[in-house]
Amino acid sequence: MKAALERRQWIAAVMFFAALLLLPIRLGDFYLTVLSLVFLSAYVGIAWNLMMGFAGQLSLGHALYFGVGAYVLAILPDRYGVSPWLAMVPAAVLPALLGLGIGALGFRFSVRGVYFALLTIAFSEFARILFEHWDYVGRTGGVFLRALTPDNRPLTSLRGGARFSYYALLLTMAAGWLLSALLIRSRIGYCWRAIREDEDASRALGVNALRMKLLAVAISAALTGIAGGWFALANGSLFPDSVLGTQISINLIIAPIVGGLGTLFGPILGAFIIVPINEWSRDLAQSSGINGLNLLIYGLLLMTVIKLSPGGCWPWLARHLRLAAGGWKIGAAGE
Amino acid sequence: MNSLEIRGLTRRFAGLVAVNDVSFDVAKGSITALIGPNGAGKTTCFNMIAGAMRPDGGEVWFEGRMIVGLPPERLCRLGMARTFQIMRPLTGMSVVENVMVGGFVHTSSVAQARASAMQILDRVGLADRAEQPASMLALPDRKMLELAKALATRPRLLMLDEVMAALRPADSDRIVGVLQELRRGGMTILLIEHVMRVVMAHADEVVVLHHGEKIAVGSPADVAADPVVIESYLGRRGRVA
Repeated sequence: MKAALERRQWIAAVMFFAALLLLPIRLGDFYLTVLSLVFLSAYVGIAWNLMMGFAGQLSLGHALYFGVGAYVLAILPDRYGVSPWLAMVPAAVLPALLGLGIGALGFRFSVRGVYFALLTIAFSEFARILFEHWDYVGRTGGVFLRALTPDNRPLTSLRGGARFSYYALLLTMAAGWLLSALLIRSRIGYCWRAIREDEDASRALGVNALRMKLLAVAISAALTGIAGGWFALANGSLFPDSVLGTQISINLIIAPIVGGLGTLFGPILGAFIIVPINEWSRDLAQSSGINGLNLLIYGLLLMTVIKLSPGGCWPWLARHLRLAAGGWKIGAAGE
Repeated sequence: MNSLEIRGLTRRFAGLVAVNDVSFDVAKGSITALIGPNGAGKTTCFNMIAGAMRPDGGEVWFEGRMIVGLPPERLCRLGMARTFQIMRPLTGMSVVENVMVGGFVHTSSVAQARASAMQILDRVGLADRAEQPASMLALPDRKMLELAKALATRPRLLMLDEVMAALRPADSDRIVGVLQELRRGGMTILLIEHVMRVVMAHADEVVVLHHGEKIAVGSPADVAADPVVIESYLGRRGRVA
């Protein structure tokens, strides 16, 4: 029975991604751009969810990893002629190293829970202020990527139109999802969830909590760095505030929370809900002339979801799609 | 041959001496019980042995190796497993997944960990609840789950902190049955226990703590007849029946 359920889940996932592959045939640039944003948000949500949803470590400073990855892709190709493909390596490795450093500092001295979250905020804010005063990265003026030339080849520059961004981010998201699905079914995933539920009890069962938590931070940070890189390539410009600001850290955790913490599909569903509403309400605020209307709608939406389905929308939807058994759950915090 | 040798174990909390210069041995293959009134320092003693708390003084030797200062996960890999007095099921996980976590000490294959977890659940009578969330178990089954989790790490020394507290006799007999079977298989068991009926009937050796000090050690019958123990713990009328 469990095996049949698992097969249904895999089939549903494959069908979902296949549908997204075919979608651009029918859609115009505007929708492709919105969907690209959805994929980026979902992918970062997946990365953050690995650390918080599965390993139970709250980070409110993921902007640090996102921003560093973004600056790497904004600077290396244009200034040094490094292939963007190659630049993705430091865009992942540098954030991973930063994450390991912060994690080692926090976990080594048993800084747990909210206090660890404060530590992550402190480091990302430190980085933002540093970048605002650092000539090499253009201070508050930021970095602008070179304009695309007519002979631009997307597969070389990793930059292109709406359609290219759509497919690039879709594949990135699918790869991130697959990686997290494989991790969570492995020994590592079991250890992470055990740590999330009770760190001391899991250590008594032989789980090397320090090493497992460091692994979670490193993987999460590396994936987030790659997201930052894609953002720089797709956006064409970046500023300390737009990639390292606290706003980024907060925004990127909302999709997984709305979709369902600690579920594989939650971050994707959350992004599909949050991003379009965000875009639409921002337009509405502009056209109606009521400043902040979009934030009001956003806040109401969050409250509704948290009130109606504290574990997020995905556990609820999965039950209705018969993709979850009664007791089956990869496990959301707080049941 | 001793599984565990404890020498001069001491722990102070802000001036209060919780455990004072306690020494005892746990013979290989024995069931040894650590008893004493509430606040006698049993759990503190236990936590120091299990690596969850650092002693202020003294030594703990496990199979001839000094283990003070080693973290709990290392001790687990050396062959010591423990349960907690306050039960700690991993609530967001199913029963079998709880047990699998301990199994990853010996394998990194999920399928293998699941198979051996199912064997253990079978042994403690929880096989039919394997796929249920651990949070749905009733108290006696939760206690069994604690035991199953510890067994999954395949320990040579099993340390149990009040696994039989608050259980009806029929349920504690179920646990005793499993413990006896484990002992026959060669496992050493150290338990903290309040249920004197169980201690008297099944322990090979009893260590009595009072105000953080060891006041008696010996067979259950010797200890029960010891005037100091009767005075301080069992009560004058000797509730040992």
